[in-house]
Amino acid sequence: MTSPLDKKLKITGPVLVTANRTRDGAVIYRTGDGGWTTEFGRAHVVTSAPAATELLQAAIADDLGAVGAYVAPVSMQADGSRRPGNLRERIRLAGPTIEMPIASGEPVAVGI
Amino acid sequence: MYIYDELDRTLLSERVSEFRGQVARRLSGDLTEEEFKLLRLQNGVYLQLHAYMLRIAIPYGTLATPQLRMLAHVARKYDRGYGHFTTRTNIQYHWIKLEQLPNAMADLASVGMHGMQTSGNNVRNITTDQWAGVTPDEIEDPRVWAEVIRQHVTLHPEFSFMPRKFKIAVGSASHDRAALRIHDMALRLHRNGAGELGFEVMVGGGLGRTPFLAQTIKQFLPTRDVLSYVEAVLRTYNQFGRRDNIWKARIKILVHDLGPEAFAKEVEAEWLPIKDGQLVLDPAVVAEIRSRFQYPDYERLEDSPKELKDARAADERFSQWVDNSVSNHKVPGYAIVTMSLKPEGGTPGDCTAEQMDAIADLADRYSFGEVRVGHEQNLALPHVAQRDLYALWRGLDRVGVATPTVGLVSDIISCPGLDYCSLANARSIPLAQEITRRFHDINLARDLGRLHINISGCINACGHHHVGHIGILGVEKNGEEFYQITIGGRADEKARLGTLIGPAVRYGEVADVVEDIVAAYLELRARPDEIFLETVERIGVEPFRERVYAAR
Repeated sequence: MTSPLDKKLKITGPVLVTANRTRDGAVIYRTGDGGWTTEFGRAHVVTSAPAATELLQAAIADDLGAVGAYVAPVSMQADGSRRPGNLRERIRLAGPTIEMPIASGEPVAVGI
Repeated sequence: MYIYDELDRTLLSERVSEFRGQVARRLSGDLTEEEFKLLRLQNGVYLQLHAYMLRIAIPYGTLATPQLRMLAHVARKYDRGYGHFTTRTNIQYHWIKLEQLPNAMADLASVGMHGMQTSGNNVRNITTDQWAGVTPDEIEDPRVWAEVIRQHVTLHPEFSFMPRKFKIAVGSASHDRAALRIHDMALRLHRNGAGELGFEVMVGGGLGRTPFLAQTIKQFLPTRDVLSYVEAVLRTYNQFGRRDNIWKARIKILVHDLGPEAFAKEVEAEWLPIKDGQLVLDPAVVAEIRSRFQYPDYERLEDSPKELKDARAADERFSQWVDNSVSNHKVPGYAIVTMSLKPEGGTPGDCTAEQMDAIADLADRYSFGEVRVGHEQNLALPHVAQRDLYALWRGLDRVGVATPTVGLVSDIISCPGLDYCSLANARSIPLAQEITRRFHDINLARDLGRLHINISGCINACGHHHVGHIGILGVEKNGEEFYQITIGGRADEKARLGTLIGPAVRYGEVADVVEDIVAAYLELRARPDEIFLETVERIGVEPFRERVYAAR
């Protein structure tokens, strides 16, 4: 199996590291203090390949807490806020783009 | 309905205990994800975009009502109140938590259900005609043979680590409702000139990145030899299938590279030494398996009873539904009812726990406690007395599974796409929903007649887009969703792959393109009863291309 670390990272803008939480599969983001958060706004954003590699290495090393860590793009908005950098990441953050069959139950999205 | 024995129950119980231990070791850190991944996949547990996904096998698409109620219970207790029926007649839960999976599996095992071989490079759930055992156009119930094979290949060590997954379908009706030719291996039951039962054996079908239709490698295989021949095919594939490239690992590539004749020779060489050995099917074994398929104690009834005629005359909506969703049964006075999981604006194949419970209640009351799942992502009740159709319809209509569009333009087959799936490049479900809204006029849909739209959110083709009358494939270009459109595909006994009609279009244009294709069909059809597929086959793709792309 090819590790994400075997691939040379090409960073062209701000990125973060994301994964799924081991115990329940929830979408999580790597924080600057070496932990994980379900809140997108608290994710640690970096802009260089060495920094992204370092963030990813540390994330992958936490095999117990997270599954399938990878680097994902972030889009910085004019007002300084950030958004996921592509549709896949927007869906992971906000949940399916469709109305769910059941209105009740747990919120689909985690974080902001 | 198939009745499991003590062996089945013990196997499932042991499997749940084993998986419970594996999950505990994963959560405590004794197993790494790399070690655990294979183990979870062997139990149908994937990791998708938002959560883990549990896929449960529904062998040959047959469900007893206690099983359906258990699926509702699992949806309610461990997921988000619904499940998704797939194109392989399985059900998936998209929001399951790893820490709760062992309990969910234990609950499922209590009714004989599991996720074994719904993932991994083994023989997957064996599918068949959802009308098996009740349709007038079949030779005999193909599920007996699906079960014979299922028992042989379940946890078979030699076939647990093949080059890639292996999908088998079995059919025995003149009209193919099991999409035989798109399977790795398909067995079609028929009689030879001497009146003996046997199988036409087809291999090497499959969609995905390189689509092929299965080729016939044996015209007539006596039923007694089915296990040895399946074994010979699997061994040949195991030996020669490619393991160096995941995109070339399916048997379709091997059959294509060798050619069907050369592949058949290899199988024959593998088969002859084992043909008359231990795998010869003992008629007593087949009889024993057949005896565990229990059929209802049908009443002696007449077709088209007065109750049905009166109800049809009194209620137009009901009559419309009968025309669309009720099919002939082999027993006089009975009918097969298809329940649509394709409401306008809904997600194809999704079914809520409340719907499952309601369907189970109605099945107990009107269908001898049996429900079927078809690859078109609809459900069926196989044993409904025609006199009960009106009462049944009212119950189905109340829970939203009586949309009278089965086989019509809104009966869309769709994979979960990028809204759920980690493999997808583009969304499928919202496109399906938009198309059903565009064609909400039932009179237009009926005028269009049989028209199958299939949507896949990536090249893996879980939505079977290659064999849709209109096929839609999502791709990603520079971070944007684009869709390739094919027309003229079909998955039945005249299976063929669709043809691309032009450049890929953007997400926002897809429903417009479908409308334009339909408008072109209405203009080009030779007569009102020439269905879309016949028009495409008569005049080819070019007239559609011209009309659809002229303004783009």
